Amino acid sequence: MRYDSLTEALGETPLVGLPRLSPRWAGDPPVRLWAKLEDHNPTGSIKDRAALSMVRAAEADGRLTPGCTILEPTSGNTGISLAMVAKVRGYGLVCVMPENTSVERRQLLEMFGARIIFSPAAGGSNQAVVVAKQLAAENPDWVMLYQYGNPANAQAHYEGTGPEILRDLPTITHFVAGLGTTGTLMGAGRYLREKAADVQVVAAEPRYGELVYGLRNIDEGFVPELYDDDILTSRFSVTSYDALRRTRDLIEHEGIFAGISSGAILHAALSIADRVAAAGERADIAFIVADGGWKYLSTGAYDGSLQHAAEKLEGQLWA
Amino acid sequence: MAIEVKIPTILRSYTDGAKSVAGKGDTLAELFDNLDASHPGLKGRLITDDGGLHRFVNVYVNDEDVRFTGSLDTGLKDGDSVTILPAVAGG
Repeated sequence: MRYDSLTEALGETPLVGLPRLSPRWAGDPPVRLWAKLEDHNPTGSIKDRAALSMVRAAEADGRLTPGCTILEPTSGNTGISLAMVAKVRGYGLVCVMPENTSVERRQLLEMFGARIIFSPAAGGSNQAVVVAKQLAAENPDWVMLYQYGNPANAQAHYEGTGPEILRDLPTITHFVAGLGTTGTLMGAGRYLREKAADVQVVAAEPRYGELVYGLRNIDEGFVPELYDDDILTSRFSVTSYDALRRTRDLIEHEGIFAGISSGAILHAALSIADRVAAAGERADIAFIVADGGWKYLSTGAYDGSLQHAAEKLEGQLWA
Repeated sequence: MAIEVKIPTILRSYTDGAKSVAGKGDTLAELFDNLDASHPGLKGRLITDDGGLHRFVNVYVNDEDVRFTGSLDTGLKDGDSVTILPAVAGG
């Protein structure tokens, strides 16, 4: 395939069957797992879709003009995607990122020319959002795209991820994705529910160490403005240990080198698959591989015992 | 019937600092009533005046969010694990 620029080469990612990890790949009735390999996007993550969509929307409504500086709170992947889009289209970028993120994310952002402002580890992305909102107020000429509340984030998945999956898997019964900004689940989930009436939409959210939940009180909690729980049919909280275990299963049994959040998503997908298999029903379960494992090598996710790797991840934001 | 309940840092003032406590009940609502008897005030931080779960509180039974399994009517059985967490941002 030939494209005029890198941003044109986004999306149309492969949907790959998992014959070894599926409970009944060729059985009757089949219970099959399908991985949507979003690491095939230009910067290696699903966030390229949201980043380009949000920038295009801001250009269309006149908020973003040549030479502008974009501001965004991000735990990493959205920042890296925005940095690429900003580079291609001529914008500056300031990312507010929690300090407890992998060193590769910082290195990649700096390589793309983004400026990073760190927010405190305690409170995780909540604090990044708080700091970014303060910076937006202090710098009115900066344009905050705000992935947590920007409809163009979910729209990227309503127009891209969702239709691609249904086209490639018309027999889909379940869609499983990670819950962060909620953009993937809200956009692709809404599309699939509209077009495939009985499809179930399943969320996998990371369960971090205590540091990340270190709010001063419950009212500092955060639910993204995009989130609508009517789109979901179930939601799983996945520990670092289970996420790591499934990340390693993906490599060992299917040869897929994925990031840690993809392991969490597979864990939720397998919970559903096992239930369906036990009930003697059929299922075609599509789940998202959000990124590859490259950015997490320094975390020790792929070395030594699972218990040890999970302990090293304690307090880190891995999704 | 014993159910392990994991308590987040911000609510441990109600459990004398304990990270997890044991409770009982056939439903989540019964469990919260039971917990409130031994840890007064805890229930009030989880449930709003209109009787629903607090918007910024997530409760999981065996890692599954109870908002999709019947909310406070979610059934419990011996050996279940209940995790309470504040809602935080991802992405």
